[in-house]
Amino acid sequence: MTYHDVKANRREILASVSAAGLTLTFAVAPKANAEDAGLKPLNAYVRVAPNGVVTIMAKNPEVGQGVKTMLPMLIAEELDVEWSNVRVEQAGNDPKTFGRQFAGGSMATPIHWDELRRVGAVARAMMIQAAALAWNCGPGDCTTTPGNVVHKPSGKSRTYGSLAMACATITPPDPRSLTLKDPKAYRIIGKPMAQYDVAKIVTGQPLFGIDQRQPGMLYASIIKAPVFGAKVASADLAAAKAVKGVKTAFVIEGDPNGLFPQGMIGQGLLPSVAVVADSWWAAKKGRDKLDVKWAEHPTSSQSSKGFAAQAKTLAAGKGQRTARNDGDVDAALAGATKTVEANYFYPFLSHANLEPQNCTAEFKDGKLEVWAPTQNPEPGRQLCARTLGMKPEDITVNMVRGGGGFGRRLANDYMVEAAWISREVGAPVKLVWTREDDMQHDHYRPAGFHHFRGGVDAAGNIVALHDHFVTFGTATTAVSSAGMPGSEFPAQFIPNLRYEISAIPLGIPTGPLRAPGSNALAFVFQSFIDELAHAAKADPLAFQIKLLGDKPVVGTAPASYGAARMVGVLKAVGEMSGWANRGKLPKGEGMGVACYLSHLGYFAEVAHVAVAPDGAIKVKKVWVAADVGRQIINPHGALNQVQGSVLDGLSEALHQQITIDAGRVEQNNFTDYQLMRISEAPAVEVKFVITDFSPTGLGEPALPPAIPALTNAIFAATGKRIRSLPIQTDMLKA
Amino acid sequence: MAYTLNVNGKALSADVDGDTPLLWTLRDTLGIVGPKYGCGVAACGACTVHVDGQPMRSCQIPTESVGKAKITTIEAMSTHAVGKKVQAAWMELDVAQCGYCQPGQIMSATALLTRTPKPNDAQIDEAMNGNICRCATYTRIRAAIKRASGQKEA
Repeated sequence: MTYHDVKANRREILASVSAAGLTLTFAVAPKANAEDAGLKPLNAYVRVAPNGVVTIMAKNPEVGQGVKTMLPMLIAEELDVEWSNVRVEQAGNDPKTFGRQFAGGSMATPIHWDELRRVGAVARAMMIQAAALAWNCGPGDCTTTPGNVVHKPSGKSRTYGSLAMACATITPPDPRSLTLKDPKAYRIIGKPMAQYDVAKIVTGQPLFGIDQRQPGMLYASIIKAPVFGAKVASADLAAAKAVKGVKTAFVIEGDPNGLFPQGMIGQGLLPSVAVVADSWWAAKKGRDKLDVKWAEHPTSSQSSKGFAAQAKTLAAGKGQRTARNDGDVDAALAGATKTVEANYFYPFLSHANLEPQNCTAEFKDGKLEVWAPTQNPEPGRQLCARTLGMKPEDITVNMVRGGGGFGRRLANDYMVEAAWISREVGAPVKLVWTREDDMQHDHYRPAGFHHFRGGVDAAGNIVALHDHFVTFGTATTAVSSAGMPGSEFPAQFIPNLRYEISAIPLGIPTGPLRAPGSNALAFVFQSFIDELAHAAKADPLAFQIKLLGDKPVVGTAPASYGAARMVGVLKAVGEMSGWANRGKLPKGEGMGVACYLSHLGYFAEVAHVAVAPDGAIKVKKVWVAADVGRQIINPHGALNQVQGSVLDGLSEALHQQITIDAGRVEQNNFTDYQLMRISEAPAVEVKFVITDFSPTGLGEPALPPAIPALTNAIFAATGKRIRSLPIQTDMLKA
Repeated sequence: MAYTLNVNGKALSADVDGDTPLLWTLRDTLGIVGPKYGCGVAACGACTVHVDGQPMRSCQIPTESVGKAKITTIEAMSTHAVGKKVQAAWMELDVAQCGYCQPGQIMSATALLTRTPKPNDAQIDEAMNGNICRCATYTRIRAAIKRASGQKEA
């Protein structure tokens, strides 16, 4: 899928970028630092100090995806400065100046590739203009070398630092009027740059949300109902209040719409009990002494076992809705040479950020300031405003580094909780969730059930495909991240194809997890296509290429599919992995291939696995061929994202599942919700296939195909088909 | 009550309940926030510190049990003969993504290289398996350990 769940959002984002993204707001002066105190910034993003040090604002939140480095690189390149002279400063939440600021959907690259290079070009043009005025010449007589304007006829030069004051009087040119650099001249873009904060990370400096500290700050722990949204029936707070260091404990009634706040990702303020103390450990000890009775709640009737039973019943009938119906599936299946029928399942997943949700908030004199490791600051501000009955302009959101995002921090439940508690106690408060809170109060990747039927003809073409997808929500509207577009691949490539959808009502909150939708759909579709390839006795990689056909692009936007780009990465990954020689692998080993388009990126991956007689799986290596367009902006970060995404996908497939019993999440820590560890991590070899398309993002698209590449490899190694995640090694015993 | 702890070569006083895990005494009372809270049950390694040179999960050590033991945290690694090499390798290879687990990874890697200067892959796996990296930067963690120990990286 191309990005089903945020399609509406994306349109809105792109519109806001084209409307406001280039309007450099010259009135806004970011907080000055010692190096350039008193200087007017060149524009909202750039300040140049007399000593030539250039400060560039990082507009988006940083949660490990590398934007604090990558986005300023775009500006620095066109401004023409040495990267070593650049200081990067995290911007605050200020959408009027910076447009939408968020970390999601692998959108930072496609949104900013053009815009931020133009921001840098505008600043460079102003430097040239200032020098030309000083030299009484035309700007055409001037050029730049890094950090200097050079007068071409005479060879004399001025540093940017010496021109910075004069720039204050220059009218910035229209960004669209400027010619950007020839990529051959790039000195920063395309060069591997270490993360800007790397030195602070390896020395343990206070960077993260959980490291924030304000004068007079108290610490808070919060307990919510195990059944999502259940109210507090009664709470005995006395024992908690008696704990040394505990200042107070109180019930928070919560926002009646807190479980599913309108227009927001994730939750708002839920019924809960807060304990506030002079240290977090005291708050935690107090919390453990609370005696809270929770009210009955209808979600307590829901369970994973119940969902499976409902799904079985629903799948046996007609879909509640038809998302697509091309040709005549039933006739084509009746006429097929071979048919395959299979049921697939994937579980709920938690984000499991290593840094538990937390936020520091200070409510004072009717104003609120928060320091939040959020991926999505402005909706957080709106949520706080709505819940606390404040005006948004009375709320300041500072974005601090997040210890992992993965979609969890698109929600701002921790922010509104901290804000509420701070107002209640009249002091700055740092709220830190326990790991158990974090795992049991997530918005989960929704589980899903697919019942497939497919058929191939004698020539090895797929002639029919039918999927009855049982998801969660209502017949017409899936819950967050549980939908499937009618254009889901291989729609548009198969003449007879039907997607039916049925839904089970769900009280468990769901939401985007890295590569939402795609992280589940890639597994089921790419596995079933592999099943059809084997049914046709075809080479699975050649079968995929044949399916993609010879048209470069199939369908029209937003459902267009660059088939030629996918064929390109499939061929590349076949060469890299030695796919043609896989027949020589020893017994118990195999290679699997899968490909997927998500977040505008075309990815094909091959996994090589060995399965021991006891069923133990060893992933020996994964090869990735990726097409994200013509330019890799920061090769260091790009490779890290791709390798991490692949291992993240393998970790999900091998280990992870959230199960529900009586409306409660059963897992509570890394002991029963396992993440991949170093001993399991295979080498991941990556090749970027360069094509002449605008660059796109890398936070997500490498993940989805990793899972079916693995399960298809297990089939090649054992003849056993994984149709349910996480993989049960018991069923792989020889 | 007040405990005097030897942290990074300094005697520091912390007035906390004796059962307070060392992690929280370091973070909240002493303002040493390099050790991170990840799980609270010794399952993730983010809180790893050295206790008399041994890598330990500080979320599991009651402050009252520390006694005279020498506590070393990530904050002191730049003056540690092995630790500074590990940090340098981590920077050169740009290991981190979010970076939250990396102080713990570096503490475990430093302890490994202190006792086993040229670890093989199996030794790396054994020493580092208790440290989760949710961003899964394992490829680079392995390479950085090899680099810090002067071995070929791949």
